[in-house]
Amino acid sequence: MNALHLLPGIILAPFAAALIMLFVPSTARNLIRGLALAAASCSLALAGLAMFLYDNSTKGLQFVEHIGWLKSYGISLDLGVDGLSLPLVLLTAIIFFAGVFVSWKLENRTKEFFVYTLLLVGGVFGVFMSTDLLVLFMFIEIAVIPKYVLILVWGSTRKDYAAMKYTLYLLSGSALAFVGLFAIYAYAQNPQLGLGYGTFALSDLGRINFDPQFQKWAFLVLLVGFGVLVPIFPLHRWTPDGHSAAPTTISMLLAGVIMKLGGYAIIRVGLGFFPEGAAYWAPVVAILATINVLYIAFVALVQKDMKFVVANSSISHMGFVLLGIASMNAVSVSGAAAQMFAHGIMAALFFALVGQVYDKAHTRMIADFGGLAKYMPRTSAAFLVVGLASLGLPGLFNFVPEFSVFVGGMQRFPVLTAVSIFSVVVTAIYVLWVYQRVFFGPANPRWEGLVDMKGVEVVPVVLLGGILLVLGIMPGGFMNIVSGGIAPIVQRLASVSTGGIF
Amino acid sequence: MITLAILLTIAPIAAYVLIVAFAQRWKALSAGIAIVATGGSLVISLYLLIAMIGNPTPVHDAMQWLRIPHIGGFRGLEIVAGVLVDPLSALMATIVSLVAFLVMVYSVGYMKGDEGFSRYFAYLSLFTFSMLGLVVSDNYFMTFVFWELVGLSSYLLIGFWRLKDAPAEASKKAFVTNRWGDFGFMVGIILLFLTFGTFDYTALAAMIPLYQHLGFLALIAVLVFTGPMGKSAQFPFHVWLPDAMEGPTPVSALIHAATMVAAGVYLVARAFVLFHAVPNVMELIAWIGGFTAIFAALIALVQKDIKRILAYSTLSQLGYMFLALGSGSMSAGMFHLTTHAFFKALLFLGAGSVIHALEQQDIFKMCGLAKKMPITTWTFVIGSLSLGGLFPLAGFWSKDEILLTALKNGQVALYWIGVITAFLTAFYMFRLIFTAFFGKEAEVHGEHAHHAHESPASMTAPLIVLAVLSVIGGLVGSPWWTQWFGGSFGTFIYFGEPEPAHIDLAVAIPATIVALLGIGLAWVIYGAKLIKHEWLAERLRPLHTLLEHKFYVDEFYAFVFKWVMLLLGRILDWIDHRVIDGAFDGLGSATRAGGGKLRLIQSGKLQSYALVIFGAVALVVILLSTNLIGGFVK
Repeated sequence: MNALHLLPGIILAPFAAALIMLFVPSTARNLIRGLALAAASCSLALAGLAMFLYDNSTKGLQFVEHIGWLKSYGISLDLGVDGLSLPLVLLTAIIFFAGVFVSWKLENRTKEFFVYTLLLVGGVFGVFMSTDLLVLFMFIEIAVIPKYVLILVWGSTRKDYAAMKYTLYLLSGSALAFVGLFAIYAYAQNPQLGLGYGTFALSDLGRINFDPQFQKWAFLVLLVGFGVLVPIFPLHRWTPDGHSAAPTTISMLLAGVIMKLGGYAIIRVGLGFFPEGAAYWAPVVAILATINVLYIAFVALVQKDMKFVVANSSISHMGFVLLGIASMNAVSVSGAAAQMFAHGIMAALFFALVGQVYDKAHTRMIADFGGLAKYMPRTSAAFLVVGLASLGLPGLFNFVPEFSVFVGGMQRFPVLTAVSIFSVVVTAIYVLWVYQRVFFGPANPRWEGLVDMKGVEVVPVVLLGGILLVLGIMPGGFMNIVSGGIAPIVQRLASVSTGGIF
Repeated sequence: MITLAILLTIAPIAAYVLIVAFAQRWKALSAGIAIVATGGSLVISLYLLIAMIGNPTPVHDAMQWLRIPHIGGFRGLEIVAGVLVDPLSALMATIVSLVAFLVMVYSVGYMKGDEGFSRYFAYLSLFTFSMLGLVVSDNYFMTFVFWELVGLSSYLLIGFWRLKDAPAEASKKAFVTNRWGDFGFMVGIILLFLTFGTFDYTALAAMIPLYQHLGFLALIAVLVFTGPMGKSAQFPFHVWLPDAMEGPTPVSALIHAATMVAAGVYLVARAFVLFHAVPNVMELIAWIGGFTAIFAALIALVQKDIKRILAYSTLSQLGYMFLALGSGSMSAGMFHLTTHAFFKALLFLGAGSVIHALEQQDIFKMCGLAKKMPITTWTFVIGSLSLGGLFPLAGFWSKDEILLTALKNGQVALYWIGVITAFLTAFYMFRLIFTAFFGKEAEVHGEHAHHAHESPASMTAPLIVLAVLSVIGGLVGSPWWTQWFGGSFGTFIYFGEPEPAHIDLAVAIPATIVALLGIGLAWVIYGAKLIKHEWLAERLRPLHTLLEHKFYVDEFYAFVFKWVMLLLGRILDWIDHRVIDGAFDGLGSATRAGGGKLRLIQSGKLQSYALVIFGAVALVVILLSTNLIGGFVK
């Protein structure tokens, strides 16, 4: 199985394509697109194969690759995936693939756009595959930085402000997380408390029983640092501006995978290393998660721009991830991990569709539309599917992780969970209200002649929507992989006394 | 038997997929596929029903759908997808597929020429699938799944004419109102699962009666009951159903009269053990039902739109069913659900036939239809008599059971509410009939009234079938049936002890009298016009206005939405932009301003650089040497 070297293949595809692209003349747009598509297809095929070959009966990392790097400092570029990270690798590959199609017709600096996008995607793959904390962190930075350029050059709507805001928020978070990382490194170096040697290897660090006092501080630092990415209230404000400014593909990647980096890091490092710290802060996280879920849902209710609705909806849905993490049991954390995948697909599809409308109508203001279902029946149908996924309709995958988070959360924070569940009502209101105002009602003659979805536009929609539908009907196998993956982490949580800060 | 139950559910969804994927372009083919599939479901469910009558032992099978193992002291999650065939589900599946089949046949004529013809039959198939799935589900989770899918089909069908404002608005209102109920429902089943470790009806039926913490069980029961309140449009969730009449009329007959809105009643019957365990909740259910029954009947008195009258009537009758369930008789509630499905579907399809002919829904702009549309008229009259509870039509038997149950269980107040509602029901139905079907032409200036004509056979045939059922359908719950076949509805479907059919003249006679009085009063005002209804409205102006505005519930909700929910959204949005962004942007500006000040340090003056360098070196030397001189670095 390991002879296939799947993981290096997945991650090298975008980086290699970016490198080759540098030597392609920027006028050869179709060649550039072809290269990006080839890289995306390669990553997707290998990630799908890895998912298929993944052996759910064994615990721990699979498809492990030892590459080694700065051995003397305990830093190594090793790769491996488990049931927590593999679905996210697959998610990244899927959105990457869909994103290439969404950007297919981009004419403005096609080459530069794809080079940056490929770097970004490669960085994200790296985060989910690294088994070394420092390398993981570096990959987060690789994934975050190209975004600045992508928003600034190809963006819209207050893009200077948004790009700067995005970058400053995320870099501040990174700086904080970086401090936490080195504290962990130093702790490991300590012969009495830690291992006696400095290392960033996740497997080694996972063996340490950190001092409870240290755990409290380290978890907090990581929570705030990585929480910016999720984003956690009140550090969420980069999201709506960032999304609305970013070009469609980049919004898809931003909501689809970049926001997941934070949740992934909090589960992997925060819960994994600091069970007692997590238990201590869990009530705070649960409260912030509930605010994320419900507060932002209300904010989404009054937005006037479709993309702001979807961006706020993303923050709201990521609140379920936080609630699942805070509840610290098998069902809730499985739900949180699966929610990252489900929301990633859903958000990407949502942004792809809003992008389709925007590209044709050159406006995203809800009030400008009406009766679009007449001119764009296919886009309209797809929009309804993703809207229903968003409001948690059974039969579409998003319902399954949300329900898991609710069942898990109800066992730890019954009141907060019940309040969070109320968001299904508010979400239904804002989703269907937007849908009604844009697609239903008397057709606005201004949009006469607007072309319905066709050709390359259909590919990402069918792919993403199909995944939501298939997994919605048969979630069992997927959820087995996820719950198997988080089992070792939750095992440690189970031994921790609950209670927390209050 | 399990395979058959799965097959009967899958047939309509297969039709949906076929229509959407291939048949969309050929209208006749789309309709054909949908009708054949639903007809198949009907045959299978009839077979299951007969099998269950022969041997009422429940058959139950399930397969794993989702499993998250538990770790530590918390519960895992175990969800199965299963099928339960018992008398209750067999009966309900038969009602659903029968009405769906008739409505589809009827729709061929009704929807002829509509550009969304194929889409319509696809949606109807999706609905039939969801509803049958709901019926045969063996656990709360799967019921919830199909419950939501039923809500989706309802959303799609209410908003079928989506390019008009009213249907678009109504469809959203229906979905959102139901979501409020489903929120409680979802919390309820999660608590149920966490308490008992299973969603399975059969397993829970054994565990719930042994559970001690009645207070908590009451909380769960009330939460679960909010689902049925939403779906069956009970007060205060009733507002969506009258608006749902914006959908095509056959849809109203199928979904918003006979089947989907009855799903709430079905769920309470299915989960009867849960409610039965907490008497207070039973009381609550009975009172919500009773209140809705009379509340909606009052509103129906002054409505002018033929479909809205029927919609409020449906609310009222659903209230009757909950009254029966809450009073302790699952048998009576389900019996009324069955007969109501026949006569209410009939009335809606009859109304559809009228609307089809006149393109008019205001009963005061219709007149003399009796001559032009005889089949529609007489089937409509039969349906109304059945709804009014006239002996020996179907509605008589089931209403009698309900009133009897209320009286038997000491719910005297609810009994009288039931009797008054029976009077109001007979009155508003015959107000409609005397006005629309037997009114004199001279008084009306409807454009279409003159060239009204009877609907085609594909539409009248279902009317006749349903009229026959509305007449004889109630016999299964009559003492005669017991004499002839040695059993009755109440010995087939019951909770606890079988309830043999019997008739109590002390209940039957007063109920019949008030119904006749209602018809008589309607004749006085609207038939013979001995009293002018305009004059009456003027005399009762405040009451009339209150009823015309449906007790201002819709206005109240609109106010709450605008001034609570939207205002809250605006305030939170303002906090996002002003407070949070303000704080962080302020931090940014402060940093920039600070940078501006710090920039002064880089003055380019060599002397000051040298000073800084010297100072720094001195500091480092001191820090490094502190160890030697016994300083703080260890």
